[in-house]
Amino acid sequence: MPVVMDADRIARTLTRIAHEIVERNKGVEDVALVGIRTRGVHLARRLARTLKEITGDDVPTGALDITLYRDDLMRHDVGPQPLVRRTEIPFSIEKRRILLVDDVLYTGRTIRAALDALIDFGRPRAIQLIVLVDRGHRELPIKADYVGKNLPTSPGESVQVRLQETDALDEVVLEPEQEGAA
Amino acid sequence: MKRLLKGGRVIDPANGLDGEFDVLIDGDRIARVGKGLPIDGAEVVEIPAGFLVTPGLIDIHVHLREPGQEHKETVATGTASAVAGGFTAVACMPNTSPVNDNANVTSFILGKAAEANLARVYPIGAVSRGQKGELLADIAELHKAGCVAITDDGHPTATALLLRRALEYAGMLGIPVIEHCEDTSLKGDGVAHEGFHAAALGLRGIPGACEAMGVERGILMAELTNSHFHVAHMSARASIRGVRKAKEAGISVSCEVAPHHFTLTDEALGTPIPYDTNTKMNPPLREAADRDAMIRGIQDGTVDVIATDHAPHHLDEKNVEFDRAPFGIVGLETCVPLTFDRLVHTGIIGLRRMVELLSLNPSRILHVPGGTLSVGAAADISILAPDLAVRIDARALRSKSKNTPFDGWEMRGGVAATIVGGRPVYVNPAAGVAL
Amino acid sequence: MSTEAPEQGMGLPPATSALRHKDLLGIDQLSAGEIALVLETAVAMKEIGSRSIKKVPALRGKTVVNLFFEPSTRTRTSFEIAEKRLSADTLSIAIASSSVVKGETLIDTARNLEAMNPDMIVLRHASSGACHLLSRFCRSAIINAGDGMHEHPTQALLDAFTIVERRKRLAGLKVAIIGDLLHSRVLRSNILLLTKMGADVWVCGPPTLIPTDVTRFGVRATSRVDEAVRDADVVMLLRIQLERMEGAFFPSLREYFEVFGMTEARLALARPDVLIMHPGPMNRGVEIASEVADGPRSVILDQVANGVAVRMAVLYLLAGGVEHEEAA
Ligand SMILES: [Zn+2]
Ligand SMILES: [Zn+2]
Repeated sequence: MPVVMDADRIARTLTRIAHEIVERNKGVEDVALVGIRTRGVHLARRLARTLKEITGDDVPTGALDITLYRDDLMRHDVGPQPLVRRTEIPFSIEKRRILLVDDVLYTGRTIRAALDALIDFGRPRAIQLIVLVDRGHRELPIKADYVGKNLPTSPGESVQVRLQETDALDEVVLEPEQEGAA
Repeated sequence: MKRLLKGGRVIDPANGLDGEFDVLIDGDRIARVGKGLPIDGAEVVEIPAGFLVTPGLIDIHVHLREPGQEHKETVATGTASAVAGGFTAVACMPNTSPVNDNANVTSFILGKAAEANLARVYPIGAVSRGQKGELLADIAELHKAGCVAITDDGHPTATALLLRRALEYAGMLGIPVIEHCEDTSLKGDGVAHEGFHAAALGLRGIPGACEAMGVERGILMAELTNSHFHVAHMSARASIRGVRKAKEAGISVSCEVAPHHFTLTDEALGTPIPYDTNTKMNPPLREAADRDAMIRGIQDGTVDVIATDHAPHHLDEKNVEFDRAPFGIVGLETCVPLTFDRLVHTGIIGLRRMVELLSLNPSRILHVPGGTLSVGAAADISILAPDLAVRIDARALRSKSKNTPFDGWEMRGGVAATIVGGRPVYVNPAAGVAL
Repeated sequence: MSTEAPEQGMGLPPATSALRHKDLLGIDQLSAGEIALVLETAVAMKEIGSRSIKKVPALRGKTVVNLFFEPSTRTRTSFEIAEKRLSADTLSIAIASSSVVKGETLIDTARNLEAMNPDMIVLRHASSGACHLLSRFCRSAIINAGDGMHEHPTQALLDAFTIVERRKRLAGLKVAIIGDLLHSRVLRSNILLLTKMGADVWVCGPPTLIPTDVTRFGVRATSRVDEAVRDADVVMLLRIQLERMEGAFFPSLREYFEVFGMTEARLALARPDVLIMHPGPMNRGVEIASEVADGPRSVILDQVANGVAVRMAVLYLLAGGVEHEEAA
């Protein structure tokens, strides 16, 4: 199964995105990172470290769990509920530029839920979207502002992002269509 | 007309019979019992090998609910249930509405029984007028009208003094006083046996001592009056200890145990159906040590009778919160299977003892006919199938009420047919006896 | 998908991935892992309560009926807030016990409610087992908000949550529960939960108020309050129901306070960081002295606050239903 990004590639990509952030926002004043659980949070923290190295400033970083905002929640008659984790945004998002971070951009539904959730915390000046991989097949009018890699896929394939923090290695893998997979 | 029951195993403890005998019925009487009886124009009924021919079973503790609570049971449906359960006679409790505390009610019940023409019915009169626990009922009049005992069942006799007087009076008539033994202050608003399971389910408890208090009181009054005291539906180990000691002391006391009290424990309150109101009866299902004490008492002879305390209640009355549901379960049609399955096939008692507990002793305690297959006796006969596979289906019960905790139980041993006064009144199609 | 444990540092056994029950009838039915799942989910729910907009769309379109046959402002309000924070449509019905006596049975009420097709029914009832009864006749998920003397599972869950929040574990803690043990549904749910989670549970009260065979639950029972309190990590007081107690189960309230009331002097025997808990409503000067109730070690108000988060977790987790209903 093909590895589309290795550890080195991921690291260089995040550094590039960090520079783009600084350039586009003319520094990191008013900027805050919010990662979408689970892997978006780790990516957000890595970006915060890189931004600190570049600018010397601490960028507030939070974690957002979008489970309770999912549009497929309660759509099935029966079935176990997805786990809910803690949302941690220990700063005001009011009037800030919020950089929303996720690992893979696919249908756009997760981002839709995340936008709804964020708005419940206040009224940010702007929200920008950062994704490590954009695999296409959007179902909602959503576009990323910063993309690590555009990866053309077929709907049956699966993109796996693995990170040190949760998976003990850094890589992005494109897994082929599985027999009988839904 | 004559009928010849051929090939069954006859068990008649009163006459010391246990073996393959033919039984000749002439009209409503037993004409002959013997080996290889000539057919001599009689209709031959082949009894399959292994089936038992016993004196008709008698249940001395049944609530027929008529008059007054016909939505639960009537004399007709109750006696239909009785014969389907192998009983040729039942004694019915006086806590009807109105209470059977006078000859009119007794006659009414006997009239209904004659109409139904199934099992024999022996009414039991009240100890006190209206079962109010104040004034004695017209006991001699009740006796003359056909009552075979007196009791305030449903409740204990209100005071020791009233119980004393009832025993004295009943003693004069030669009938027993049957007592629902219970100390009402200890019962309080209890709904289940006071033990671990009631504690876990948050149900108010009734300790075993509550019943044993009533037993001890009755024994003392029996000793004082030298009259016959009968303990109804015994459930607690302390009760049986009291009865055993009293019997050793020569006091005139007898007692009965219901099948649910030798089968179930309070564990049934929570499983398989938590708070199943069909596990709510009074006295309550008790803990294993009590249940085992009942079994030991049945085995060692302390227990005289198995009686069902058949207590029908309508489904709507039972489909309520546990503490609001009435006490009691139906028992007539599950008694024989439970006795076979739990007592006989487990080796706790033999068949002879089973017949004593269900027929001979009941007839002796109430001084009613039956209990034997003696020549000239009424032809009340139960034909039992000890190895019949039985599955209890509550909806199929003949009783008007279906409140049994044994729904769906599979057991070994059942009823094949019931004959009252020479007349087949019940034939179980699953058993294969052609009557 | 993820291998990350949702909420670390709670010192609980591994949480299960789902609550596979139609109803929450009691702690009785929950495994240690399921209890951990509820508590961990409640952590996330508690954060919602700290936002300026305290509402998430999780139960949008779901109907929850709060059916209360016993007055209970505290529990009912807590459920109502929890339901509203999850965006459920809620309907609260308080039925005076007097009207129940007059005729309509619980089953009748339930059948009428079912016609409105609620997704969940939160039931408070004076009879033990009322929730089991309702569950047999209703398709809706039933949440037990206190049934007679039986269980009050969400109270035990919020108590556990409050302890874990402060102590980061339940296993190994000495928890002393003191008061009217006999009539308490809070006691039953708490001892089931705490023993499942490995706590060392002591129950204490006058012998007249200790349930039969209570030690079979795996707890230690005593009427010596000092023994219960000594080295306790948590002291939980249970309410004495004034109306029916005095003269029947103990001679007088004054004497009860004398023998069992929780005072600062008595608490000196407990661990210095002992947590004082009470499910409310309190009788000050009967089971608990005011100085203890309002003292620095009291977490009684935390219990109230945590009630909403724990009930949100239960509502959310049960809303998914079960694929295959377990045999009754
Ligand atoms: Zn009785
Ligand atoms: Zn009875």
